[in-house]
Parts: sequence; structure tokens; C-alpha cells
Amino acid sequence: MVGELTWSRRLFGLWIPLAALFVFALFPFAWMAATSLKANAELYDPKANPLWIRHPSLDHYVGLLRESNFVIWIGNTMLVATVSTIISLLLGVMLAYPLARMRFPAAGLLAITVAVTYLVPQTLLFVPMADLINRMKLGDTLSAVMLTYPTLLVPFCAWLLIGYFKTVPKELEEAALIDGASRWRAMTRVILPLCTPGFLSAGIFAFTLAQNEFLYALLFLNTSTIRTVPVGVTGELIRGDAFYWGQLMAAALLGSLPVVLIYSFFVKYYVAGLTAGSVKG
Amino acid sequence: MSRVAEAARPAQPAVPSVRAFRLREWLEREAVFSWLMLTPPLLFLLAFLGYPFCYGVYLSFVRRPVAQPATFVGLNNFLHLYNDPIFWQAVWNTFRFTAAATVLKLSGGLAMALVMHQHFRFKGLTRALLLLPFIVPTVLSTVAWQWIFDPGMGMFNRLLAFFDLVKQGQGPSWLGNPTLAMVSVILVNTWRGLPFFGITILAGLQTIPDELMESATIDGAGTWGRFRHVTLPLLMPVIFIVTTFSIIFTFFDFQLVYVLTGGGPANATHLMATYAYSVGMSSGQMGMGSAAALAMVPVLGVVLLAMSSYVRRS
Repeated sequence: MVGELTWSRRLFGLWIPLAALFVFALFPFAWMAATSLKANAELYDPKANPLWIRHPSLDHYVGLLRESNFVIWIGNTMLVATVSTIISLLLGVMLAYPLARMRFPAAGLLAITVAVTYLVPQTLLFVPMADLINRMKLGDTLSAVMLTYPTLLVPFCAWLLIGYFKTVPKELEEAALIDGASRWRAMTRVILPLCTPGFLSAGIFAFTLAQNEFLYALLFLNTSTIRTVPVGVTGELIRGDAFYWGQLMAAALLGSLPVVLIYSFFVKYYVAGLTAGSVKG
Repeated sequence: MSRVAEAARPAQPAVPSVRAFRLREWLEREAVFSWLMLTPPLLFLLAFLGYPFCYGVYLSFVRRPVAQPATFVGLNNFLHLYNDPIFWQAVWNTFRFTAAATVLKLSGGLAMALVMHQHFRFKGLTRALLLLPFIVPTVLSTVAWQWIFDPGMGMFNRLLAFFDLVKQGQGPSWLGNPTLAMVSVILVNTWRGLPFFGITILAGLQTIPDELMESATIDGAGTWGRFRHVTLPLLMPVIFIVTTFSIIFTFFDFQLVYVLTGGGPANATHLMATYAYSVGMSSGQMGMGSAAALAMVPVLGVVLLAMSSYVRRS
């Protein structure tokens, strides 16, 4: 960082590439926002500057909220994401704790199984899963997705938590046991509270994955009022060949808002969850 | 066992408490405690992952139209796929799509990580903003891309017309031309996945101790030499894992293509997953759809083998 070189080096090595990255990553959001704020007359006027908003208007937002079940979809998405995140965290802890901290036969084999289930993609299983859900008479209910989302989230949560649980020294647990605590008490009172960042990471990550899920929602949710945002938007706002781009973009922006808000509060934990698997692995 | 019983004899009247004590002691054994904890999640995974998988294998050997009984047909489903040119096109598309998108994401992500691995202000905010494409629900951002690609009033063609590169309304049909549609699908996948590579590789970069770089500089290594001989070898484990993950999730991608092109035009962007969906769900042939999905397993197997052999080696 010395000498005359630094100035041009900073420009070409940092600021210009960084600006290019920003444009590449964010222009679709700018386009979404610009579209959603223009009235149709301006939106489909070939002479208007596409990147500029002459007369901002909230028509599309009002139309979206009035004419579609968008608010219900948002509620469904939040409910499904919250429930499946809680289920996944609970099952994930039950899976990860013994695998990380106990010695017993078959522990190694089980750890590998968890890693493999994490990598099994849902596109492999959707045909039998659809049949299974129908036979359980759960088709077209929110329970169908609340039950199937954890299959995608539990292996991930378990894997991430194994890493966290391993960082807590064994002596802490031994001390608790010597003091007369049971294993259960040692776990719930000593070890788990120390792993709060791990729960936050796994929870935030699972929550965003659940909000993102599309295939199972597409398969299982047919009635408009029980749909989640992704299936609602693609299934009902795209009507045949006629596109309602203003409303669609308003929906895309509003639908992303909850995830982005939660993400912005917990960026640190999200990034920790994102990188944990690959950096430690 | 008998010794415990003898020791307990003096306290004869208090038999229930002795039993409670023994139960507690039993529960405290590592293996017992572990299995009690493990059983519920394992049963859940067995019911909703293990069973569907086995059932899917069974389905691939039967003919089972929706809401009708199944008839065993042996390998007929697989033979039918083998003779279906659309299936082979989907296979070829999937490989092209995965290869191109992975190369772009890896090189772009590496560049992004190297740029971000410098001192500058608002680094945390920059990282958070650049990760947005990865956070936002894929379907919603893909709908926005569909609008960006719109041949009439979409952003790309509006800009081309605005700068007089094409005449108004004469811009390319991004999603209507087979080659351009594939390029578009790859572009959107890259847009979404690049930050994942960038941020993960950046995390890997940050674990490389500064002293290593300093000593390499003292030894006379230039920027390229340091990158080639210090940074890259130390980054290899991270790069390997991220790439493996990405290959799997790209190869099995469904929602991006389903929303953006629906596999069209003329199957030019059909991936194996969207093909399996259209056979199994849209046409309602569950057996055939299951067979098409299982045809992806060999790829998963090869990737997992490569991964495990690499992990064992290092």
C-alpha cells in the first residue's frame, strides 16, 4: 500500500471490478423496482427511457394486493417456513448431538449417511413423494409441505450443527456430569446454550431455503388460498400468454422482502452457515 | 448385574427407587442416550427419504398411470427412455448447462473473492449486497429475468433499441431461439450462483495466514507467483467442495428452467429434472417419470465417489 502505484492499482484492481460486480448482481432488482413503479402507459411506451421513471405510481402494488391472494400467500410462506425450520432444527439437534459428542458403534457410518442425504436432490424423489403424499391424503394441504421441507433441511441443519457441537470442549460436559447432572441436563443446560450462533446460522439458512422451495409446493399446493408465494406468483399472476409485468414485478419484490429483511439482520450468521459446510469440510 | 443386585440388597424396602436408579444409569450410557436421541430423526428420514427412494426404484419398473393400478413391466420404462430422442436431448442439455454454468461461476467467483479480499470501507455491506441474488427466492428472480429477456419490451432489447443497436421490436428473441435460450438459462444460473462461489472462496482466502504471503514476497514471489504457489494450493479444498456442491445442485436444477423456458423452445433447454417432471407429472406416467429421475443417479454417484476419494486423499 505504498507509492504512486496504489492509486491506479486501487482503481483497476478494486473499484472498477467491484462496480462491475454490483451492476451484474443488482441490475435485475433495479429493473424489478423500476417496472413495478411505472403505470402501464409508461411501461409499454417504446419511446420512454426504459431506465427512468417519469411518473412513479403504486397502481401495480394496489392492484396486486386487491386482485390476488398475495397477502395470504405471504402468510402461508411464513407459516410453512417457520414450522419446517423449527422441525428441522429439533430433528437436526437430535441427530447432530450424539454424532458430534458421543462414542458409540456405527457413529461414523451414520455421519456419512447424513452427509449423503444432504446431497440427495429433491428432483430425484418428487415422483414417489407425490404418490406418497396423495396416499397419506395430505394432497393440497400445507401439512404436505411442512412435512416434506424438513427432508431437505434436516440433513443440512445436522451437518452444520455437528461442526458447532464439536467446538465445545468435552471437559465442560464432564464437569457437569461429575457435578451430578444427567446427560440430558448437561446437554440442555450447558452445551446447547453455548451453540446459539450455530442455531442462528442453521435456522436462518433453513428459513431462506424453505422460502425458496418450489417443486414440492408446485406438486402439493393446488388451491389458491393455500399456496406459497413462488407457486402463487407463477401459477396465477402469469395468466396464459398475457403478462402483467407491473404486478409480477411488484409481487417479486414484495415476495422477496421478508427473506431479505431477515437476512439483513443476520447476515453474519447466514454467511457462517453458507461457508461452514465447505470451509470446514 | 449380580453385583449391583447384591449391593442393593440392604435397601430392600426401597425397590422402586433402585429400579429408577438403574433405569437412570442405563439412560446415562453413551450408546443408549445416543440411540434414544437418534431414533426420531432417523425414523423421519427413513420414512420421507429412504422409503420414497425405494418406492421410486419400484415405480421405475412398473407402468402406473395416475389413479390406476400398477403393472410390472421390467426394464421397459428404461428402454423407452433409451429410445426417446427427447430424453437424450435432455441429457445432453443437462451436461452442457452444468459444465458451462459451473465454469462461469467458478471463474467469476474466484475473481470476486480476490477482488473482495482487499481492504476497503463498507466491506460487510458490500458482501451482503452482492449475496442478494443467492438469497432472493429463485422463482421470483427468475420471473424478473423472464421480463428482462422479453423480446418486445424487455430490458435487454429496450436497451439495444435505445442505443440504436437494433431497430425497435427487432431485437433477438432471447428465450425463443434454441441457442440463445440455452445461453439465457446459463446466464441466469450463473447470476444466482456466482455470489455463493465468491463468498465461500473469500471465506477460504481469509483463513490463509498473512505470514505465508509475506514470506513468499520476501522469497521474491510476484503477485502471480504468490497466487499460483501459495493461494491456489491452499484454496483447493474449498474450491473442490464448493464446485462439487454446485455441480450437484446445477445438474439437478428444476425451478429455473421450469419457470424461464418450460424446457422450450422445442426441448432446447429441457434438463433431466424438467423432463422427468413433464413425463411423470404433466403426462401422468409415474413409472416412466421415476425412471427418468433415477437416470440421474449415476451422475450423483460419480460425483460422490470423486468427493469421497478426494476427502480420503487429503
